[in-house]
Amino acid sequence: MDEIHSLLQGFVVALTLKNLALMFVGIVLGVIIGVLPGLGGANGVAILLPLTFSMAQSPGGTTSAIILLSCIYWGALFGGAITSILFNIPGEPWSVATTFDGYPLAQKGRAGSALTAAFTSSFFGALVAVILITFLSPVVANFALEFGPPEFFAVYLLTFCAFIGMSKEPPFKTLASMMLGFALAAVGTDPVTGALRLTFGSTQMLNGFDFLVAVIGLFGIGEILLTLEEGLAFKGASAKINVRVVIETWKELPRYWLTSLRSAAVGCFMGIVPGGATPASFMAYGVARRFSRDGDKFGTGQVEGVVAPETAAHAAGTSALLPMLTLGVPGSPTAAVLLGGLLIWGLQPGPLLFVEQKDFVWGLIASMYLGNIAGLIVVLTCVPLFAAILRVPFSVIAPIIVVICAIGAYTVHNSMFDVWMMMVFGVAGYAFKKLSYPLAPLVLAIVLGDRAEASFRQAMLGSQGDLAVFFSNHLVGTLTGLSLALLFWPVATWLLSGLRRR
Amino acid sequence: MSTGGEGRAAFRQTSAELVVAALFFLLGAIVVYDSWRLGAGWSEDGPQAGYFPFYIGLLVCAASAVNFGQALLGKRDREKAFVAVEALKLVLSVLVPAVIYVGLIGWLGIYVASSVFIAFFMRWLGKYAWWKVAAVSIGNSVVFFLIFEYWFKVPLPKGPLEALLGLG
Repeated sequence: MDEIHSLLQGFVVALTLKNLALMFVGIVLGVIIGVLPGLGGANGVAILLPLTFSMAQSPGGTTSAIILLSCIYWGALFGGAITSILFNIPGEPWSVATTFDGYPLAQKGRAGSALTAAFTSSFFGALVAVILITFLSPVVANFALEFGPPEFFAVYLLTFCAFIGMSKEPPFKTLASMMLGFALAAVGTDPVTGALRLTFGSTQMLNGFDFLVAVIGLFGIGEILLTLEEGLAFKGASAKINVRVVIETWKELPRYWLTSLRSAAVGCFMGIVPGGATPASFMAYGVARRFSRDGDKFGTGQVEGVVAPETAAHAAGTSALLPMLTLGVPGSPTAAVLLGGLLIWGLQPGPLLFVEQKDFVWGLIASMYLGNIAGLIVVLTCVPLFAAILRVPFSVIAPIIVVICAIGAYTVHNSMFDVWMMMVFGVAGYAFKKLSYPLAPLVLAIVLGDRAEASFRQAMLGSQGDLAVFFSNHLVGTLTGLSLALLFWPVATWLLSGLRRR
Repeated sequence: MSTGGEGRAAFRQTSAELVVAALFFLLGAIVVYDSWRLGAGWSEDGPQAGYFPFYIGLLVCAASAVNFGQALLGKRDREKAFVAVEALKLVLSVLVPAVIYVGLIGWLGIYVASSVFIAFFMRWLGKYAWWKVAAVSIGNSVVFFLIFEYWFKVPLPKGPLEALLGLG
């Protein structure tokens, strides 16, 4: 039981006063970020990442920094549910499915039970995912230690093909947006030859596009512009949670154990393959509706209809860190930003992390247990406070969020050019969202572009330019084969539906 | 988004699709061109600098060509609005001031520019009393100043006012 031993060591690392304080700060900030439109998990973490640069330089500081940032992520996952249930506005894309039954419950005056159910099942989903991470990630990391460049490139290929095969958006739009991300990642100095690529003589382009700026623009500014279309005022149910409602809801929840388990399984699966929390929550909602005895009452305010998407979203959001830590391939945009943080702090995500940075990895995993407990306590006790934030009129909140985004973009490299780029990305994000070009593969490609290119070039060097290297042994062949299968999945389904119509 | 179909359309969905696909194609073509210039082939020491981006650029072009074609041939969304006039007005009412705000940062520094931006917003869209406008806009900048300059020691752009007060 090596894992238990390592985990206990992790608790020793995580359980310092400073780290516990950071955990609570992270959770509270995260919930606020999750509640506010235009600030979500991904860009909230991106904006705060530069503030951890100096923190990460002290001994043990990287662990504190990752605890702060990951807790912001957990907080944002919790926070998304608040706005969905009380205001019928999903604060985060993964809480869209929570509005289906959450808001009707609130209208019936049962906002308290809806919120309690959402938070508790979020916690349950996260817990399942963390247990999975605890026991599965050392195995995966150990396995991946044997990987060479072709295997790593095949894993990247699998990640990106999974986006095309599994996303709801049209496959060619997914492809276009993903490849744009790779192109943006290529801008600047070529790490191997030192040649200047795509800079066209501009000195500001020398360092390339920073993914943090892209995330802040695409998700932050873009989201604000989208929210504005819906008008300036929010109207919502009032939030009242007291101990009696919490206990009563908790008594009701064990009835949905099967739904919870199913949703957690869906969530973990979708988090590890880069499907992400948003499709996971929709899928879990759909599955629950089909299998539940009250399936036909879904949408009218069923507690079960809140339990399913919330469990899955949180399980997916958490388990997205598993491939990020073990393979260096993030399963969600927020995990991608966290991965970028690791790179900036000088850590190499991937299997070696489990060998060389034991304290960091297990400190982080232990903090996931603690952070989610802290999160549950914070959201259950402070819901009215967080809901009050949304009552601040948009004409005050919107400019403040724009200011925060601008500061976040500036602090990445202390450059005004980045702030202008943020605005460009903001307009692009708005247009992409409206035309259903997915943003997640774009962000993942910007983050992973350099690494994917490096492993591709190393693999090509090793084989003297022969593509057959990606089928040269069972492991890499299986990975490549799976990738191709996923890539052509849309074609297969299209052909099948064509045949059926005939 | 639910607002798509309401009101008079400022742009139609199809036009927006075509423009975005064309822009994608243009970007892809630039990438292909520059990678070709750098050398997208194979030299003695391995793949050249443009080797990987060249194919990326080709894929961008190919994917956007398909998207362009689909938008052109698709009949479903032909009459659907990309954005209604009313919604566009709201969006521009944030976007235009935000662009001016970013322009002001270089000139006035981020703290003064942010105060002006927030004040303008609260007064123009929110119609708040002047004392509330002043309290929120100035208070916000003071709080950010304390957080960034003192607490985290992250210097943000400053302008003439900070120099006058001896803070820059």
